[in-house]
Amino acid sequence: MAQQEYILQLKNVVKRFGGITASNNININVPKGSIYGIIGPNGAGKTTLFNMITGVYNTTEGEVFFNGKPINGLPTHIIAEKGISRTFQNIRLFGDLSVYDNLLTACQKNITYSFLDGILRSKKCRLQEKEMAEFCDGLLEEVGLSNQKKQRANNLPYGMQRRLEIARALATRPKLILLDEPAAGMNEEESAELSDFIRSIKNKKNITVIIIDHHMDVIMSICERISVLNFGTLLAEGDPDSIQNNKEVISAYLGVDE
Amino acid sequence: MNYYWIGVATLTGIYMIAILGVSILTGFTGLFSMGHAGFMAIGAYTSALLTKTFHLPILVGVFFGMIAALIVGLIIGYPTLKLRGDYFVIATLGIGEVTKLLLENLQGFTGGARGLTDVPGGVTFPMVLCFLVVIIWGLSNFLRSKQGRNCIAVREEELATASIGADVTHYKMLAMGISCALCGISGALLAHYMEYLNPTMFNMVVSDQLVMTVILGGCGSLTGTIIASMILVPLPEILRFGAVQEWRMVFYGLLVVLVIIFKPSGLMGSKELSIEGIKKFIGRADKKGKER
Repeated sequence: MAQQEYILQLKNVVKRFGGITASNNININVPKGSIYGIIGPNGAGKTTLFNMITGVYNTTEGEVFFNGKPINGLPTHIIAEKGISRTFQNIRLFGDLSVYDNLLTACQKNITYSFLDGILRSKKCRLQEKEMAEFCDGLLEEVGLSNQKKQRANNLPYGMQRRLEIARALATRPKLILLDEPAAGMNEEESAELSDFIRSIKNKKNITVIIIDHHMDVIMSICERISVLNFGTLLAEGDPDSIQNNKEVISAYLGVDE
Repeated sequence: MNYYWIGVATLTGIYMIAILGVSILTGFTGLFSMGHAGFMAIGAYTSALLTKTFHLPILVGVFFGMIAALIVGLIIGYPTLKLRGDYFVIATLGIGEVTKLLLENLQGFTGGARGLTDVPGGVTFPMVLCFLVVIIWGLSNFLRSKQGRNCIAVREEELATASIGADVTHYKMLAMGISCALCGISGALLAHYMEYLNPTMFNMVVSDQLVMTVILGGCGSLTGTIIASMILVPLPEILRFGAVQEWRMVFYGLLVVLVIIFKPSGLMGSKELSIEGIKKFIGRADKKGKER
């Protein structure tokens, strides 16, 4: 298959922390425009993988390609600028700022005026600020947080904080978005709602999504392809049906009879 | 008497410029500095020596004072701002003391501990006021701009700031640069107002007061910083009169402790004082009164 069809490729990626191998020889290819799931028991190295993709950690060995270009070793903000944004397992919002300011801050990638424009509040600055304000209002409407616009982010209920974090990632207008356990702590109804939300992101904005989660109903219903990790190695890769029937996966999750 | 109060107001304005700088660094970007008086000293001595030796106009001196403080600030900031916050605090503590010691020991150049005399004067209250208006206007614009929001984001959550595509170190450097430049201006104005400089004018107590005023005003509030400097800078002077005279430093300490106990987030918290906000506040108080 031609390389262009994959938005993200991990080739023989290894991460060692001292003597511990957190990720061992991982190969993952994420097709453009898909929703890709990564599952595995706790401590399987899923978040480590995200941290390597976004440049929080460098890879020990192997390479990460985004749109065919290597990105491993680049600092986090450069990778974000290239179009990969993410959410965090333990929510990291700008807690003291309002919901609206969280989004407005995240728009910075698409604001081009200079420091001097900002201090003098030049015409260029005012124009772009107005544009961003409209964009943020629209985004708030879209994610259903318009009524919470002025609230402090830390005061939001948990589910809304998760939603705001996804919205903030979307505000950077990414090409690829990484969601780290977006459904954590949600009940069935909330996670079904989230599934619809993620699907609509992909369809409306043409963004590729990679999702880590433990809610199998979410993963199985929205993902087109899934990778299963266990103890830092890739256990299986395939579509939801083949993963559900894979004996190794079942034994890793449920254990087997002796 | 009148002259005296204009003098107090002028000094308050001069120190407010430095405090506004520290407010950007500490209140908005979340970096603590224990040595910003050192940057005031750099601005002051640069401007004083340039104008004294080359007979330049004082405003040109103030400009070069600002540039000198900015350059030194960025040189110190570049290696230390990549480190964790506590190392930065230690580095600033060091720079404050080193600057003071250099000034004391380079006697032929700075006059040493005896001080630098015959500094050209000419700073007036209207002039300081003009500086303040321009600086406050610029800073409030800055805080509403992309660059200002990114600085605030750094204070809130560094990893998230990087993951929206903003270079954390770059914005820390920006905040450091702004604060050093403003301290440089403040120091230079002080030099041309006092017409005399002495290294003890820039010791650690001054650095502490800069940070303390910001914290008492409320971290992340520009108006809080302004109000706090208007109260705290002239406070020792206000307390100089009447029966409290001997106790003024005790009162000063007491006031600081009271604010810390009863309003730990500072006078204004992270809120800004606005005309709209005042109207709302009065409206609410009015409603309460009527209900009663």
